[in-house]
Amino acid sequence: MKCIALFASLLLLTGCSGNWGWYVVDPTTPKGIINLKFMLSGMYYTILLSVTAISISVIVGLLVALPGLSEKKGWRRFNRTYVEIVRAVPILVLILWVYYGLPALSGITLNVFWAGVLALALSDSAFQAEIFRGGIQSIARGQYEAAKSVSLNYHDTMRYVILPQAIRRILPALGNQLVYMLKMSSLVSVIGMQELTRKANELSVSEYRPLEIYTVLVLEYLVLILVVSAFVRRLERKMQASEA
Amino acid sequence: MTNDNAPMIEPVIKMREVSKFYGDFRALKAVNLDVAQGERMVICGPSGSGKSTLIRCINRLEAHESGQINVNGVELTDDSASHDKIRGAVGMVFQQFNLFPHLTVLENLTLGPRRVLGLSDKEADERAMTYLERVRIPDQADKFPRQLSGGQQQRVAIARALCMESKILLFDEPTSALDPEMIAEVLDVMTELASSGMTMIVVTHEMGFARKVADTMVFMDQGEIVEIGPPDQVFTAPKSQRFATFLKQILQH
Ligand SMILES: Nc1ncnc2c1ncn2[C@@H]1O[C@H](COP(=O)(O)OP(=O)(O)O)[C@@H](O)[C@H]1O
Ligand SMILES: [Mg+2]
Repeated sequence: MKCIALFASLLLLTGCSGNWGWYVVDPTTPKGIINLKFMLSGMYYTILLSVTAISISVIVGLLVALPGLSEKKGWRRFNRTYVEIVRAVPILVLILWVYYGLPALSGITLNVFWAGVLALALSDSAFQAEIFRGGIQSIARGQYEAAKSVSLNYHDTMRYVILPQAIRRILPALGNQLVYMLKMSSLVSVIGMQELTRKANELSVSEYRPLEIYTVLVLEYLVLILVVSAFVRRLERKMQASEA
Repeated sequence: MTNDNAPMIEPVIKMREVSKFYGDFRALKAVNLDVAQGERMVICGPSGSGKSTLIRCINRLEAHESGQINVNGVELTDDSASHDKIRGAVGMVFQQFNLFPHLTVLENLTLGPRRVLGLSDKEADERAMTYLERVRIPDQADKFPRQLSGGQQQRVAIARALCMESKILLFDEPTSALDPEMIAEVLDVMTELASSGMTMIVVTHEMGFARKVADTMVFMDQGEIVEIGPPDQVFTAPKSQRFATFLKQILQH
């Protein structure tokens, strides 16, 4: 939080030099308040988009990770192929392809929100799959053997023994992925999603004050991500405490 | 009930010419073994001789490549239905305890009974408490494994196996990972179990325990059963030089 204060005071100082037109986002003027409200209203979709996308990518990631741990070669190959292909496509390209390409290919037209969710989730699922695979692999073989010794089947072994331990271990990585997702969601602005970045773009076009407006945008992301990081760290600490 | 004067009833575990390979390495070499219902068998032998491999083949933690294993009337095949049937009849206690670290002691004990045996929460809790009393740590029920000493953890592991109420219990060096002062508390619990009529196969180098409870003593070396018989017989008059040497070595330490 200190660095935000520092950053803000730096801006104010330079803002006084006269080159900056802070009036566009000055909260003491009615115009400034309207503009700020307009920019902040993008927060809703930035968060909704990211949280929806990551919820889906965690599930897809887990479903892709499990065959990657199989003893059967075919399953493992499916996992590798999925991960390699999805990771190779830039997110922006994936967003454009899902929004403009997919309807032509499948006849399914997605609105901007769901196209964004699908593209972000798809892209992130490859990383989630790798995170889950690593987390599950880090659980000692003795845990599987103990589960077998009390006759648990595969589903129960995963559900009650392996995944609860794996998830505790990968929580920091999942937190990173959420932060990453919040940032990547800005790319969905290109197809017209009314999230933070798109709002800033639109305002800057009408106000001709890109420097000030994008500076506010930087601050918006900074605050959002610092808050989310702090929240994730608290969750981690709580989980560790409950285990001790 | 020993292997020499063959039991009248059909053995509960029957191994015939069982071989196990790790790559090119043959960890078990055509092993034959019968275990009778209620028999208490102790297996010893130098490190790497195949003791763990042998008992892990019994509950299919390892798959054997050739020969037959019959447990509780079920032939172990590649069919996973046979694995499930056999695991229901066989419990296991591991050298490293292998407790579930994210679950409390009570939850460690009730997971199997609830999910596999279909007991209600209340029934499973009651059963767990019964066996925790049997291993003398009912007061630790709500703790996590890491809050317990090694000896206590191993007793929890024994109680977890008992909760499944299986016919046969396998122990793979249950006291080898313990500090010396905790070995006795685990052996005491096992000795008590032995007098309850449970079929037990125990891999251990605790010869005092073997003398006290074993019906049958098995000595393994290089993937083979070199010596088998009642303890008073094999200890006083070992037939093989290898077993005599091994005994001399571990009794020195
Ligand atoms: N998973 C494995 N892969 C390769 N070799 C193994 C494996 N498990 C055991 N072995 C080898 O098989 C032999 C028997 O091992 P084990 O049954 O664990 O012996 P013991 O329990 O008597 O010490 C050893 O030489 C060991 O190195
Ligand atoms: Mg061993």
